[in-house]
Amino acid sequence: MNKLMSADAVVAGLRDGMTLGIGGWATRRKPMALVRAILRSPLRDLTVVSYGGPDVGLLAAAGRLRRLVFGFVSLDVLPIDPHYRNARQAGAFATMELDEGMLQLGLRAASMRVPFLPTRVGLGTDILRHNPGIRLVRSPYDDGEMLVAMPALRLDAALLHVTEADALGNTVTLSPDPFFDELMARAAERVYVSCDRLMPAGTVCTPERARFQCFERSLVSGVVEAPFGAHPTASTPGYGIDVEHLREYAAATTPELWAAYRARYVDPESPAAYIAAAGGTERLAALPPPVF
Amino acid sequence: MAPPAITTAGYSLAELCIAACAEEWRGRGEILATGIGILPRLAVGLARLSFNPELLMTDGECLLLGEPVPLGPRRGPLVVEGWMPYARVFDLLWHGRRHALVTPVQMDRFGQMNISAIGDYARPKVAILGARGYPGNSISHANSMFVPNHSPRVFVAGEVDMVCSAGFNPARWPDGRVPEWLSIGRVITDLAVLDFGGPGHGARLCSLHPGVSVAEVTAATGFPLLVDGDPPQTPAPTAAQLTLIRERLDPAGLRATIFKGDPPGDHRAAPPAGA
Repeated sequence: MNKLMSADAVVAGLRDGMTLGIGGWATRRKPMALVRAILRSPLRDLTVVSYGGPDVGLLAAAGRLRRLVFGFVSLDVLPIDPHYRNARQAGAFATMELDEGMLQLGLRAASMRVPFLPTRVGLGTDILRHNPGIRLVRSPYDDGEMLVAMPALRLDAALLHVTEADALGNTVTLSPDPFFDELMARAAERVYVSCDRLMPAGTVCTPERARFQCFERSLVSGVVEAPFGAHPTASTPGYGIDVEHLREYAAATTPELWAAYRARYVDPESPAAYIAAAGGTERLAALPPPVF
Repeated sequence: MAPPAITTAGYSLAELCIAACAEEWRGRGEILATGIGILPRLAVGLARLSFNPELLMTDGECLLLGEPVPLGPRRGPLVVEGWMPYARVFDLLWHGRRHALVTPVQMDRFGQMNISAIGDYARPKVAILGARGYPGNSISHANSMFVPNHSPRVFVAGEVDMVCSAGFNPARWPDGRVPEWLSIGRVITDLAVLDFGGPGHGARLCSLHPGVSVAEVTAATGFPLLVDGDPPQTPAPTAAQLTLIRERLDPAGLRATIFKGDPPGDHRAAPPAGA
């Protein structure tokens, strides 16, 4: 049972038109090494489900999105991701815009294998007008309340970034907020994790650390060793958000600057070449944790 | 950045708005106060230190804080009370024990708000953040607003372009019934304080900032405002509150960046435009 594979091998197993869940939240613990591998591949027409950050921006800039299922796209330290903004304003992809909590409920419904979960969230808003596929349901109990039936968001694959993993698919996520990675894992047919540190089999968890495991190995199809694999997003406690890099990324909106960004940061296949391009291990390890 | 150059006798517009925003948490009890943005965060800290020690507040990541943390670079260890990851934030907010202070890009006469897209939805003139948590927040707990640029572009004549945050438009509610937990607090702007407490949840002018006229406010608002006689003046921050803001919550003076030129609290004392 060896689930180790390269980022490019993960992407080679994905198909055009798939629905992918991308873990993390905005500028935190995004599986960026896996996203960059998508940009190196011909994979296209993707439906992406994400609490969006530069993962969405990169895929939008490269024209890989057919549809985005999202509550937001944010770079946190910069007000807006310009790659997302430009593509969204050009109508380059379809949207299923949701409240952040509805997105969670859709993943939860998929993970529970039920068709929907009821909620009040979305009532009274244009979320319902722009998503005519989302229906209302009347409570079968005496209250008779009308609720939103948030449909299950089933994923063909989930891409997640964890702190440590072993070749069996055991993981721990040591950053302070696990976000909704567990729900993405359960909502997906297949789960691929990238990890900052690959550990010998069976050494990822101790009794004290076991609670930092977001999902069990039986959900994991593939493990990718990707030191600094979330960069330029944070994977604390290892490294913080690379604000300088995000500014360079956000400025790369002309064809020339985008080609240069891509050649420098996306094209290198090996983690070592990416780390060198991004300023080296010492620089990345010294990126401070985010302060807001 | 140097602290704003004002005397202790006076106060800046930012300080006036921080104090006015903080009032939104007075008497609200042991709930999570969420302020998104520099000024709303300072307002949470001021409410907690001035008159509501029960408030829960976070570090903007996932820790509950026992003491407000000053804006800017960390000057010491955090005093941590607990853990509030996003999953728990949703559980808490759906349960209702939260009051947020947010800054919409557009707001309409129904109290509906937009932070998603301006213009045609399919090909927006300006794509902004996305609806974020507005739909769920608006239907689960009270929300107040800080609007730094009171103008008809924010307070629009019709409905907002994309209704992210539910409001009092009965046409939008199933069965025409406004839900029980919809609660829209006051709107603190650079000119005045508004609320939706008029007949049929109509928008009202509650108070004017010093030196601002009723005509200025109504001209800058795209929908009708109920004005009851002579509106009072927005209460000034107390001396104790000014000390808390300047020395404890914002020693780096980030509040000076909220309004262009960091004007004084009294509009009549502001330098002429372009100065």
